[in-house]
Amino acid sequence: MRLSVNGTPHDVSADPGTPLLWVLRDVIGLTGTKYGCGVGLCGACTVHVNGQPTRSCSITLGDLDGAQITTIEGIGTPEHLAVIQQAWIDNQVAQCGYCQSGQIMSAVALLAATKTPTDSDIDAAMDGNLCRCGTYPRIRAAIHDAAKRLQGA
Amino acid sequence: MSRLGTITRRSFLVVSAAVVGGVAFGYYKYQQDPANPLTPAKGETIFNPWVIVRTDGVTVITPRAEMGQGVQTTLAALVAEEMDLAWDQVRAEHGPASSAYTNFVAAGASLPFIDYRDSRMKHLAEGAMDVMGKFLGIQATGGSTSTVDAFVRMRQAGAAARYVLVQAAAKRLRQNPMALKTEGGAVVAPDGTRLSYSELAAEAVGIAPPSEPKLKDPKAWTLLGKSLPRLDMVAKATGTAAFGIDTRLPGMLFASVRANPALGGKMQHVDATAAKAMPEVKAVVDLGDAVAVVATNTWAAFKALQTVQVTWGPAPYPETTDAIFAEIAKAFDAAPHGTLRDDGNVDTALAGAKVVTSEYRVPYLAHATMEPMNAAALLKDGALTVWAPNQAPTVIRDKCAAAVGVAADKVTVHTTFLGGGFGRRAEFDYAVQAAKLAKALPGTPVLLTWRREEDMTHDFFRPGAIARMQGVVGPDGPVALKAAVAAPSVLASQGKRLLGMAPPGPDKILVEGFYDQPYGIPNYRVAGHVSDVAVPVGSWRSVGNSHNAFFQECFLDELAHEAGLDPVAMRLKLMGKESAVAARVVETAADMANWGTPAPTGRARGMAFCWSFGTPTAEIIEISQSDAGIKLEKMWIVQDVGIALDPRNIEAQMTSGAIFGLTAAIQGEITFARGAVEQQNFSDYDGLRMPQIPLFETRILQTNPHLSGVGEPATPPAAPALANAVFALTGKRIRALPLNKVVTFAT
Ligand code: FES
Ligand code: FES
Repeated sequence: MRLSVNGTPHDVSADPGTPLLWVLRDVIGLTGTKYGCGVGLCGACTVHVNGQPTRSCSITLGDLDGAQITTIEGIGTPEHLAVIQQAWIDNQVAQCGYCQSGQIMSAVALLAATKTPTDSDIDAAMDGNLCRCGTYPRIRAAIHDAAKRLQGA
Repeated sequence: MSRLGTITRRSFLVVSAAVVGGVAFGYYKYQQDPANPLTPAKGETIFNPWVIVRTDGVTVITPRAEMGQGVQTTLAALVAEEMDLAWDQVRAEHGPASSAYTNFVAAGASLPFIDYRDSRMKHLAEGAMDVMGKFLGIQATGGSTSTVDAFVRMRQAGAAARYVLVQAAAKRLRQNPMALKTEGGAVVAPDGTRLSYSELAAEAVGIAPPSEPKLKDPKAWTLLGKSLPRLDMVAKATGTAAFGIDTRLPGMLFASVRANPALGGKMQHVDATAAKAMPEVKAVVDLGDAVAVVATNTWAAFKALQTVQVTWGPAPYPETTDAIFAEIAKAFDAAPHGTLRDDGNVDTALAGAKVVTSEYRVPYLAHATMEPMNAAALLKDGALTVWAPNQAPTVIRDKCAAAVGVAADKVTVHTTFLGGGFGRRAEFDYAVQAAKLAKALPGTPVLLTWRREEDMTHDFFRPGAIARMQGVVGPDGPVALKAAVAAPSVLASQGKRLLGMAPPGPDKILVEGFYDQPYGIPNYRVAGHVSDVAVPVGSWRSVGNSHNAFFQECFLDELAHEAGLDPVAMRLKLMGKESAVAARVVETAADMANWGTPAPTGRARGMAFCWSFGTPTAEIIEISQSDAGIKLEKMWIVQDVGIALDPRNIEAQMTSGAIFGLTAAIQGEITFARGAVEQQNFSDYDGLRMPQIPLFETRILQTNPHLSGVGEPATPPAAPALANAVFALTGKRIRALPLNKVVTFAT
């Protein structure tokens, strides 16, 4: 199976029934995408498949031939932070941090579709991303902040 | 007399029994510092167990688990402040498992003192625990103790390093050390000459520091007291923070495990024929009480594990939730395990008076950390290495050593970031399983990951608990409160796992948040009844306070309504002579929420208070009725932490703790059928989502006479504040959690 992850092509020869999550984590070795529930309930595993926010635990390798995948590692790096990541840092969003890759991937997708989201736009887009640490107030602030910066840019 | 002589008789009994079987010890041993557990890498100089000077800055060993509470940042700041470092020169690492990092304050946390009024006694006893903690040598994160435990020690570590660096500079420059100052990680001479710490390190490290290095006047602090950028934030915003589950080593295999759904029951028979036939499967391992599959990737291990046929033995406790609670209720029939508060004469006060009687209960709860249980291990050449997101590295080390049959000094524990802890990762079960897998596959690193379903069903749960309360209230407020709480003992359950025995003495955890509250009720008795239901139970963020605040604060609300009193004014009166600090917290919250004016139409407010882990906390919540159900509109939280080391971080803990408590209050419940936990995943044990949380307004006060912890205290008042608001809104007095069994909440 051929797929492109963050612009890099990969030939993966795992069982086609393997969820993308585990292909990324255990086969390709990109561990930024997290396992939380395995069944589409928590959003920790969110990536973009052909630009769409997708729960990587619930889509299998067999359905991804030729797909373009973006993971948190493709959004930015500690040396080259994306605007949204800078907003996350400036708002000191994370606590344990485990859910945050998924939160950021959902937020990036929201901002791509809605330039200046309202609180209820944010609520609707982020509803599928659980945070057991309860970082929601700062996630909301960081999304508004990122929207402003992206508009200004 | 030695410091041991200051231990009160009762605390001595509690503690000495906890010291493993009659170890001979003397005071002299306490005075010896534990060996420095660090070994320098190239370019590093080690000053003490907390301070490593690198060529480009300083690494601070922050030996408490970073599980989201920002502890690495605050502990590193304690050292950085005294060393006059620039914040961007500072790095933090968990460091190794070592008795050098014993948490003395946590060791004292089970002692039955009342913080708001016994702080002198408490500190004497904690002094005693300093000694005892040293022998127990447990390096643990819990009980909201990390900053309290580190506050003097880690500043001294920084001050000691600074002292010798200045001495070294003075020698080199032939100057009086008094004339030198330090800034930005360098010693600076009056003529402007700068010598960086790294160039002085080799000379400085040979100089003996004073035994009590002088600490900075807090007025001169430049880092402490400020909201600092967290050291882990960039990694956590870029997916580069390494959690346990992200451990990757060359040649690594991936495993998963299934243990008996009837917790603690035996594994009778295993048939893994189908699993063994799967191409990705490398091994099926019998762990004694669980079966594990080791494969080339985690998904393959999950899949193969589902095909394993196991015959499980029965649970050592009643099979259903109802039967379990019936068993807990039986504990009321026996004499109380302890009566930690007994003011006035409650029986006389109740006799012939108009008595309000209520029974409350709370369910079992899971921790459901976002990162499921996991650990990696490698056994090679007789040495075991364990990578574990954990809250107790020395326990992990010792239990893994025993499980594998190597000496503890042959075990290296790497504490990774923790994807949540909440008390769950104070346990060691997952790490021992990984160690056993490493033993089964010597030379191969194995990462064990639990499925979410295994995690949900194999927790050490917050126990179910029942409270029976009787009260008498007059026009001036409550005159009598008699309470009995029955629950399985967290202390006994953990004690048995950790030390093979339940600690004797009154069970403080069972009644904490109840007996120790700053209420001057003239006739006031709180008794604890321990039930021996054998469902494994453990520390769940705020432990006993998590249920007792719900019991007491809702019952006080009932008494206020009975007498037509305002719940805030009534509490302020009860606190009057007991604690001005507590009263200030309640008053501040009431002011912020405009308690004196009625809530807008269609809305209602509820309030609650709890003094836990040294921190008085008041919470007021305003809710409304919408077509979709009850909506949480706004919550006000006030805490008095004595000294606010990092205000933004404390605020994050306030809202985090409250959301954790609200989640449990609204919908948290673990139930049992045929001895097994019924909830499996976030479908039936969910956390609140972004649209469900209220707006928050927080305030931190600093009038408490001592520094206190912040990881847990915001959790206990959340449930009673909400339940009291639901009563105000709907007239329904809900005495059993979760609330959504009776009323609907908007989702
Ligand atoms: S792991 Fe995919 S949604 Fe939870
Ligand atoms: S930051 Fe811990 S789960 Fe979201």
